[in-house]
Amino acid sequence: MNNIVAIAQKELKSYFASPIAYIVIGFSAILFGWFFINLLYYFDRMAMQAAGGMGGPQAVNVNETLIAPLFMNVSVILLFTLPLITMRTYSEEKRSGTIELLLTSPLTDAQIVLGKFFGCLILYAAMLGVTVVHMGILFAFGNPEWRPVLTGYLGLLLMGGCFLSMGLFISSLTKNQIVAGMITFAVFLMFWVINWISSFTSPTTQAVLNYLSITEHLNDFTRGVLDTKHLVYYVSFIAFSLFLTVRSVDSERWRG
Amino acid sequence: MIEVQHLTKRYGPTTAVNDISFTVEKGEVLGFLGPNGAGKTTTMRVLTGYMPATEGKAIVAGYDVFEQPLEAKRRTGYLPETPPLYPEMTVRDYLMFVSRIKGVPRADRKSRVQDVMERTRVADMAERHCGKLSKGYRQRVGLAQAIIHNPEVLILDEPTAGLDPKQIIETRRLIKELGGDHTIILSTHILPEVSQTCQRVVIINKGHVVAVDTPDNLTARLRGSETMYMQIEAPSSANVKGALESIPGVSSVSVPDMRGPIATFEVNSGAGQDVRRQLASAVVSSGWGLLELRPLRMSLEEIFLHLTTEDTAQQPVVEEAVHE
Ligand SMILES: Nc1ncnc2c1ncn2[C@@H]1O[C@H](COP(=O)(O)OP(=O)(O)OP(=O)(O)O)[C@@H](O)[C@H]1O
Ligand SMILES: [Mg+2]
Repeated sequence: MNNIVAIAQKELKSYFASPIAYIVIGFSAILFGWFFINLLYYFDRMAMQAAGGMGGPQAVNVNETLIAPLFMNVSVILLFTLPLITMRTYSEEKRSGTIELLLTSPLTDAQIVLGKFFGCLILYAAMLGVTVVHMGILFAFGNPEWRPVLTGYLGLLLMGGCFLSMGLFISSLTKNQIVAGMITFAVFLMFWVINWISSFTSPTTQAVLNYLSITEHLNDFTRGVLDTKHLVYYVSFIAFSLFLTVRSVDSERWRG
Repeated sequence: MIEVQHLTKRYGPTTAVNDISFTVEKGEVLGFLGPNGAGKTTTMRVLTGYMPATEGKAIVAGYDVFEQPLEAKRRTGYLPETPPLYPEMTVRDYLMFVSRIKGVPRADRKSRVQDVMERTRVADMAERHCGKLSKGYRQRVGLAQAIIHNPEVLILDEPTAGLDPKQIIETRRLIKELGGDHTIILSTHILPEVSQTCQRVVIINKGHVVAVDTPDNLTARLRGSETMYMQIEAPSSANVKGALESIPGVSSVSVPDMRGPIATFEVNSGAGQDVRRQLASAVVSSGWGLLELRPLRMSLEEIFLHLTTEDTAQQPVVEEAVHE
């Protein structure tokens, strides 16, 4: 456990010693702010229409019209920022030879992988932390429900965990962090658009594709629904990717 | 303390290390010598548990590195060929991190770090980022990192590469100091280093062990014959040559320098035959002046070249050396 913490701390320190942490946090803050303002205008229009509409006053739900779509939009931000977080994790250690230090220290491969994963996850949580400010504004001027906001954050954390664990695995395959970053981006994009394709296919394929789509599972979280089906999906996705990473580090040893 | 048995490592089709065996006793400093690409780094990587061997067995500090890697790693310090530094960390932070993952108890870390920084002469760079260190300082921080948990076994891949002459001397002194209570394997291309710091040498070439011995024995025996270097003052060097050749035990005499009245001779005799007395009395009884008589030993450089160059007969040496 101490070893996992040691690795995670080391990862975090190096993120904040390099521009990556600031770029990632800054970029996501700007994008999130942009989505926030746009959805706020949209929400405002909807609320006005509802208030002046023919059908009489009908309250527009802040959670459904503003917060849920906002959470869904975060997946776009992740698409661009998370590869930046994971691309260097293994590639850079391999390129600079520091992997020799880690692999000859009394650490298990799983401890190293978990340490790196939690390092990434904490940076990602810091990135999400910025958005708490926007939520604070909504709570200050309106009265959204708590529950969908909390489950939404949990969903985002888990979804990000999936992307991060996948990115970690891809980084363990190459010495070149740029290559790792680009492949990661491409793979993320694939998982992201998978449910677009699904609408053109037969119902069964559609169900399978929707199930595979990482973003599709976020829907219920943003609506305040905690479904074990989605939890199991995310957690097993993360566990499987981390397992693959451990295998990849191990097989790399055999190949030399 | 370290036992290597029939170790083989292949990278795909290339065999980097081919069936090598050797042992290192506790407290011994073993030099690992070989030309580029001989397989030194590969062997060290197997011993430190960085990569598994294709075949064979390695026992370090009483633990099989493949069966109980964590136990073996806990007792091993390793300086890789490129010091494994994180550029964005300061030297002190870096050493604190290493001490932590090597299992140094929390309470001891600060003092251990300070101690190794002083021993390896990097204390003045403690707050400098590792990425901004010169090559020599990187090497020293690498060494500091290797000894931070006071391991029983130290494996150093070219520890003096990139150091200035003064620092080379200091590092060798440090290594000697560490030998005794640590068991050390170091690799190098610098031959005098071996005779200065190591009690025993393993010479490898193309993945094979070609010799294992003490530096002194290697220099003495590897010629396969003894050679005496003589300087003699005599009217005719041809006469001297004839006289020397007629001494029993002498196999051949060459005269590299025969200008003037003083000529130099190299007298070869069979291995283990000491003909110095006969040579001296032959010269003196003929009334010539014996100016110099000394055994001519092959320098380590010569041995190294001899053993690692293709067209030399290295077979007998292998036999002799490995069967010890
Ligand atoms: N990762 C690798 N993949 C494939 N071949 C390798 C790899 N590492 C080393 N080799 C090969 O294995 C052989 C031994 O290399 P090694 O690095 O052990 O030599 P060395 O004795 O340390 O040489 P040097 O004195 O140059 O450091 C070489 O032929 C090298 O090309
Ligand atoms: Mg080498």
